[in-house]
Parts: sequence; structure tokens; C-alpha cells
Amino acid sequence: MELYMSMSVGVLFMVGVYLILSKSLLRIILGTSLLTHGVHLLLLTMSRLKTGAAPLLGEGANSYVDPLPQALILTSIVISFGVTSLFFVLAYQAYRKLGTDNMDLLRGKEDE
Amino acid sequence: MSLLHMAILLPFLYAAALTVMRKPSLRFHTGWIILPIPVLLFVYFISCMASVQAGEELSGSIPWIPSLNIRFTVFLDGLGLLFSLLISGIGSLVVLYSIYYLDRKKEALRNFYVYLLLFMGAMLGVVLADNLIILYGFWEITSISSFLLIAFWHNREKSRYGALKSMLITVLGGLAMLAGFVLFYIMTGTFSLREIINNAGSVNDHTLFLPALVLILLGAFTKSAQFPFHIWLPDAMEAPTPVSAYLHSATMVKAGLYLVARFSPVFAGEALWFWLISVCGIVTLIYGSFQALKQTDLKAILAFSTISQLGLIMSLLGLGSAAAFYTDGSDSVFYAKATMAAIFHLINHAVFKGALFMVVGIVDHETGTRDIRKLGGLLSIMPITFTIAVIGTFSMAGLPPFNGFLSKEMFFTAVLGITELDRFDSQTLLRLFPVLAWVASVFTFGYSMMVVFRTFTGRPQFEQLEKKPHEAPIGLLLSPVVLAALAVVFGLFPNLLSYTLIEPAMAAIHPALLLPGDRFYVSIHMWHGWTPELFMTMGVAVAGMLIYKLHPRLSVLHEPLFRRVSLNLTYDAGIKLLHQGSLRMTNRYMTGSLRHYVIYIFVFLILSLGWGLYHYGAISVNMDRFAPVSLYEIVINLVLILSVIAIPFVNSRMKAIILTGAAGYMVTLFFVIFRAPDLALTQMIVETVSVALFLLCFYHLPKLEKEQTKPRTRIVKLAISAGVGVIMTLVALSASGSKLFESISDYYLRNSYVLAGGKNVVNVILVDFRGFDTMLEIVVLGIASLGVYALIRLNLASDRPEAVRKLDFANRLNKDRLPSNDVILRTVSKVAIFIILVFAVYLFFTGHHHPGGGFIGALMTAAALILLTMAFGMATIREVIPWDFKRLTAVGLLIAILTGAGSFLFDAPFLSHSFGYFNLPLLGKTELATAVLFDLGVYLTVIGITMTIILTIGRDK
Repeated sequence: MELYMSMSVGVLFMVGVYLILSKSLLRIILGTSLLTHGVHLLLLTMSRLKTGAAPLLGEGANSYVDPLPQALILTSIVISFGVTSLFFVLAYQAYRKLGTDNMDLLRGKEDE
Repeated sequence: MSLLHMAILLPFLYAAALTVMRKPSLRFHTGWIILPIPVLLFVYFISCMASVQAGEELSGSIPWIPSLNIRFTVFLDGLGLLFSLLISGIGSLVVLYSIYYLDRKKEALRNFYVYLLLFMGAMLGVVLADNLIILYGFWEITSISSFLLIAFWHNREKSRYGALKSMLITVLGGLAMLAGFVLFYIMTGTFSLREIINNAGSVNDHTLFLPALVLILLGAFTKSAQFPFHIWLPDAMEAPTPVSAYLHSATMVKAGLYLVARFSPVFAGEALWFWLISVCGIVTLIYGSFQALKQTDLKAILAFSTISQLGLIMSLLGLGSAAAFYTDGSDSVFYAKATMAAIFHLINHAVFKGALFMVVGIVDHETGTRDIRKLGGLLSIMPITFTIAVIGTFSMAGLPPFNGFLSKEMFFTAVLGITELDRFDSQTLLRLFPVLAWVASVFTFGYSMMVVFRTFTGRPQFEQLEKKPHEAPIGLLLSPVVLAALAVVFGLFPNLLSYTLIEPAMAAIHPALLLPGDRFYVSIHMWHGWTPELFMTMGVAVAGMLIYKLHPRLSVLHEPLFRRVSLNLTYDAGIKLLHQGSLRMTNRYMTGSLRHYVIYIFVFLILSLGWGLYHYGAISVNMDRFAPVSLYEIVINLVLILSVIAIPFVNSRMKAIILTGAAGYMVTLFFVIFRAPDLALTQMIVETVSVALFLLCFYHLPKLEKEQTKPRTRIVKLAISAGVGVIMTLVALSASGSKLFESISDYYLRNSYVLAGGKNVVNVILVDFRGFDTMLEIVVLGIASLGVYALIRLNLASDRPEAVRKLDFANRLNKDRLPSNDVILRTVSKVAIFIILVFAVYLFFTGHHHPGGGFIGALMTAAALILLTMAFGMATIREVIPWDFKRLTAVGLLIAILTGAGSFLFDAPFLSHSFGYFNLPLLGKTELATAVLFDLGVYLTVIGITMTIILTIGRDK
């Protein structure tokens, strides 16, 4: 399973980075979303998969999966929601103000 | 904390107090409240004199960075005392002088005195520090305060230029000195000056010894303006005259001399030390005195004069170090006399040069110019100033009966004596010393006469002056009169100083020459009989007068030495080159294109991770420990990969959203499969809310267009993204396939229930074990939501391009005008909302033991509210829930913080939680944990944040 997951992680990273390197702000934002997914799955995969029951002690199982990455990921999901929404607003306000979302044209002024 | 520490820190504390003080009233000059400080310090150091004379050493020590072996240790010996008295004594006179010099209505006096106090404290720190790192720190503060004082009139271009130049040069030297200190630490294992001196000789053969010597001398030479580093001092004359008198003649520039004197016990006896210091000193002496002859600005003459006099003292210290070449007592004492001359001249120079600077300040103040071509005939108007000037210049020229005469004679003795040094095979070179010294003295005589006679005698030309000249007020004259009086007193009764200051300082410079309990014989006399020194002085006077008389006709004195090359031009060109070079280099990679910066980051990531994986042989794929795979999982995997890969190829916004959403839901499914119920719940709700958000925003953004890129760019993009993908796959495989150390996760599993009373380990980690992280996380989220709010409320409406379409989806949310007519949605949601809300509250409360918790509950609640908004419009929401969601965020944060702070009541660290079981009415035995209270804070905050974001965006037209 880890093998397939690792490949998924790789694909998520690859497409995420590819999108981040594009000119359109919209693609860049989608790219960050994909990168976030990639990181989440990477964290899960690194701690090995399906090693026990869900980390709920009420289950009374002999072994549980690693709870630590889950706590990290939960935080990250909520944070990435906040970040994505900020990105969006930033992007469309920039578009409104400047009339473009092309990164090559959004370069700041020469005298800065 | 000893009194010495207090003495160093007092000016700093006073300066700090001065900055926060209410603006001092204009009725009296700020200087009056500063004056007590240097006076107090002076009295204190005078009171220490007796004990230092008796050979006692005052010291104190406070640990500062014990782990690095750095202690704030200070000590007071003869050398330190000499300098401390100079700093506080001249400091008092300068502050007094500045009160009359600087206009209390026009100048930024508070800044001036803060900088001056900073300098005073730092300079005391330099001369009293025992720890080399402390010494270095104070050394740099003197450079910085000097920078601030030179640039005091910062609206003048020349002031800023001079300030920058002095700082660049002295700080450069300071850094070299630091490197030298570090080398010493490597050699000796200590930063303590006294320990290094006590073990002098033990590291002389170390390979780092000579590099350390050169580096430390670099620091000394730059600070003391020795050739060729002297170029900053003339430009430093842009400072107000009290500053020039204090920092740039009496104290700061002598820090280099202090450093040389302080390290003499360690380095003396090293041929390189002797040659570098003596030669550099004598060259500076003659160069400075020659340059002084060529100046027309009184302050510039004094600046070059200071450079040359510093060179004189420096060379004397070098000659004095020859004493260490001999083990035989009488020879050593013979050469040590140079050191005596150095110390005596150091005092004399501070006295007469201080007086002269103040005289020049007075002339400048009363006539409005310092140009000797415009001045003349001031004698009849300013008789007192003239008298002071005569005493100062005659002393500088080396005429009896002033103190300068005595030290000049001693200097001649020393240079004549050094010709007898037989340790090196370089007699001709040594014979040059008396010649150079004599010539330089002639120059000195010449410019000294210029300073006094060109200013005060000759034809008056008052019509050229900006002001009508008159004698200075008594307050301005007080300080230079004191100094001039001292010049006479030290001239007539030099032995006042011999055992009080000179002998203890000599003992500090030549500890090896003294047996315990022994002391140097110091006796200075005006009359030695018809000695060669006396004839030399006579010659100097005759030749000097000649130069003064011929001065206007000597064309060599009125042109630059070399037209095309000069040190100043080199400095300017160097600065320009550095500036342009760094600009060019920066421009090469700082292209302004964010894409390039992202490329740098990812390329670095690939290279560093790739190198790390390869170098440590970390790539290990251990398949047999991997979990089994089912068909179902493969299908999810395929859907995920395909939808992700499709995203770059679609050219419609809607398709791109849906594909990204699909990827998100697939990830949710993975969370389910991998036993992460909390994650699955969170991801699912966030994904749903996100899609709503995407849809809201997409209409504000332009259509996706097919990217027109050059093939080369596309290849680069592909290569980088593929590289990142491959590296990440390798990292994932290697990390999951190997286990290098025990994870801390087991701790959480074992203690979640025992310590925190919760069965949902993930939730317990979030609210209890790592509660602080969570708290800061919701703070960050709060900031993000406010950022969204602020961005939208920013008034950007004025220049909106036509291309932006106004869109119905946003309008649909913005239901102030058009009521929704989506009957099915409204009917269903009326029921659904309550179900969702109840479930959300359930999720929140059950979170401690079962999947759920603050985050998930809050997101679920927010989802319900968003549904309500969609179905019934913004107005309804505002009626039903009349709160400001930003306030809700604040309340949530407050609850979280107060819960955390509550643990202080029980003397526990921030965010310590407690739980217990209580029998409550109706509910029976119930567990109550303070963690739930914290979770409530998280819950409210996250609702507030989510709703703020969504509603703000939705309201935006």
C-alpha cells in the first residue's frame, strides 16, 4: 500500500509544483491545494499505514495507528483552508485592481 | 555587581532614562542634567587612585553567557584608570562646553546627549573590560555612537558621508579585532585578558599567534586613524566641535593606543609587533603633520595634527616594546622609557588638543568661519581665546614651559635611543627614526604657528566674516581655560603625574619588567643639560619658524600630493564598486518574477533532499513491512492520480474546481481507509466549504486561458515538477520503510487517558498535549480571516477594469435585492439545518472520546450556517444571527487564552488541564475536563473565522 501511496504523493507534488510554476494566479492557488494534499498523504504514509485501529482508546484494540501525524494533519487542513481563502481574495483583488492575473505582468514597479 | 559595573552602566541607564523622559523644558539647557554624570564618574575614579597606586586591582564579575564562557568581568588597573580619568574628566569639560556651544532651541539636544552618554559608557567599558568579547562589544558601540554623533547634523550631505566612512573603517577594524580575539580563545581557551596576560609567552609559538597579532593591530590602527586607515578622521570633523574634541581627539581615537598598550605584555618581544607599530606610527606622524600644513580649515589642521600625534604615541609604544627584547634590567628600563613618554604624551595631547579644539569651536562660533584665509587679527577682540590658543599650540609645537615640551624631549630621547638597538640587522632603518621624528616635529611646529598666528594676528578682515566677532561668553571659555591651565601645570610640575598615573600605567604595560613589590622610577625634568634633544628642539624651532614664514610661497603645500591617486579616491571608488557590484549581482537573480523565486526554492529542495538521501544512503525500500492492498484502494488511487493529472490540461475554471474537489474527496476516502476518522470528517467538511469558497471566488477571476509558453520554459517546468515528485516519492518510501528511532507517538497513546482523561488521542493531542500549538494556530487563522476582511474592505473600486464581470452567484448570496426563489432548497434546508447543527454540537461534545472536537464541530456548524445563507440570503442571516462573527472569533480566542491562563491560579504552567468525575443532576456521573473549555474556545473561534471569510467574500460585489 505504501508504494502506491508514495506514488500518489509524488504525483500530487509533481502536479502541484507544475501548477505553481504557471502564469495564472488561479492555477497557482489550485497548485497549493494539491501540494497540501500531497503533504498530508506524505505524513500519513511516513508513519506507516494500517498498523492498528483508529486512535480511539474506546476501541480497546491491541494496537493503534500513529495519532501524531493525524493531529498534525488536522491542524494543517484547517490552516490551509484559511490560507487558500486569503490567496483567493488576494488574487481576485489583484485582478480587479490591475486587470490581469498573469504572473509575468505582476512584477511590481521598477522604482521599488 | 561591583561599583565598576555601575560606573560603566550608569551612562547607559541615564541615556535610556533620557529617551523616555518628557521633553525637557526649554528653560534650561539639557546639558545641565547630563553634567553630573561625568563629574560623578570622575570623582569616583579619582577616589580609586590611591588603591590603584598601591598596586591593588579592583574587579568585579557577573555571569553573562556562561555556556560560552563569557562573563561580564571588569577590572581597574593603572592603564584602565588613566583612560577612565581621561574619559570622565574630558567628558565633564566637553559637556560643560557643549552647553554653551549648542543652541538649546535649535538643536536636537536630547539625541546629542543620548549618543554622548552611550559613547561615554561604551568607552569606559572598553578600557575596564576584562573579557575580550565584552571589550569587543563596547568597542563597536563606540564606533556606532561616533557614527551617530558625526551625523548629528544629518541633513548635511558631508556629515552623512563622514559618518558612514568612519563607521565602515572602524567597524571593519573591529571585526578584524574580533577575529583576533577568537584566535586567542582557540589558542588559550579563555577570553579573560588578565588570564591571557598572566600566561603571556605560553602561546608565542602557536601558528595562530602572528595572525592574531596582525588582526588585533588592524583593529587598533583603524580606530586610532593610523596611516593608511586615517582617512576617516578628517571627514569625522563634520561632527559638532565638542564631539571632535571629545571623541576624535581625546578619547575614542585613543582606544587603539589602549589596545596596543593592553596587549603589549602579550606581544612585546615579537619582532613583527615592534616593527609594525613603530613604523606605522612614525609614518603616520610625518604624513599627518605634512598634510596638516596643507589645510586651510582650522578643524582640518587639527584633524591631521591629531592623526600625526596619535602616530607619535603609537610609535613610542612600539619603541617601548623593545624593552622586552632584553632580559637584562638596565637595558629594558632604558627602552621602557619610550613607554613612559607615550603615556605622558597621551595625557598631554588630550589636554592641549582638547583646548585647541575648543578654541577652534569658539572661533567658529563667534566668527562663523574656520577658514584661515578669511581669519586674522582676532587678537584684539578675543584676548582670552588667544591666550588659550597660544598655550595649546606652543605646547603642541614642543616649546617650554608647557607640557608638550617635556614629552617631545622624551620622544627625542626615545628615537635617539632606539638607534642603539642591536637585535636586528637594520641599523640604517633605525637611524631613520630620529630623522623622521625631527622633520615631523618641524612640520608640527609650522602648523602650530599657523593655527595661532594666522587666526589671531595679521590684518583683520572682518568684512569677510559672517558674524561680527566678539569674545566668547564665560561659559564657553571655562573648559578650555581649565585645559590650558593644566597644560601649564603639567609643564611646570610634571611629577604630579609620575606616580599617580604614569607609573601604574607603565606597570600594566610592562608587568614582566617588575619584580613583585617593585616599581618604575619615573621622574620628569625640564632641564637635562645641553643634551642632543635640546639642540634638536632648537633646530625644530628655527626650521619650523622658517616653514611658517615661507608657507604661502611653498607651492608644494598648496596642491594635492598626487593628483590622480589618493586614499580617499580609492575609498570612494571602492564603495562605489561594492555598491554597483552587489546591485548587479542582485539584479541578476532578483528578476522581479515570483516564478523564478519559486524555481530557486524548488531546485534547492530537490538538490538538498536528493543530496541528503544519496549521501547518507537513506534510500531503502523495505516492501515486506508494507500494508496489504485491496482492489478498492487501487481504484481510489487511480481516480486520485487521474484527476490530479488532468488539472493542468483543462481550460475551464469549473472543470478545474471539480477536479481539485475530486482529488480532495479521494484524500478524504484515504483518511477513512487509514483509520483517521477525525481527519476524514474535517477534510470532508473543509472540502465542501472550500468548493463553496472556490465558486464564490472564481467568478471574480478571469477565465483560464491556455498558457502560451516557450518550449524551453515548459521543459524547465516539467523537469522541476517531475524532480520534486520523484524526490517526494523516494522520501515517502524511505521513511515508511525504515524506522531509525522510537516515535514519541506511543507516549501519547499510553498517556492520553491516564493524564488527560480523553480517549480520542488525536483530539487530546490537539487540545491538551499540544494545546499551545493549537492556540497559536487559531490565532493565525484569526489573522487570516481579518486579512480577508481587510482586503475586501480596502477601497479598490475606483479603477476596476471592464473585463471583470459581476456575477450572479455572488449576487445570489447577496440577497438584499433579489429574494431566492429556490423553493426546494429552502424547504429542505429548513429541516436540514437543524439536523446539521445538532450533529455539530454532538461532534463538539463527544470529541474528547470519540471522533469530533472543536475544529470539526465548528466547521460543521459553519457549513450549516452557509447553507442557511445560500437558501435564505444574507439579510436573513443577519436577522437570525445578529452577531458580528469577528467578535465571535475574539470571544473564542479569549476563552482559549483565559482557560490557559487559568492554570496560573493553581501554580501550573500555561495551559495545564485538569479533569475529574462529578455527579451531576440528570446526567449522572460525568467527566468534566478543562480541556473542553479550551475546545469551546477553538470551536467559537473557528466558526467566527469561517463565517467571516465566507460572508465577507459573499457580500463583496
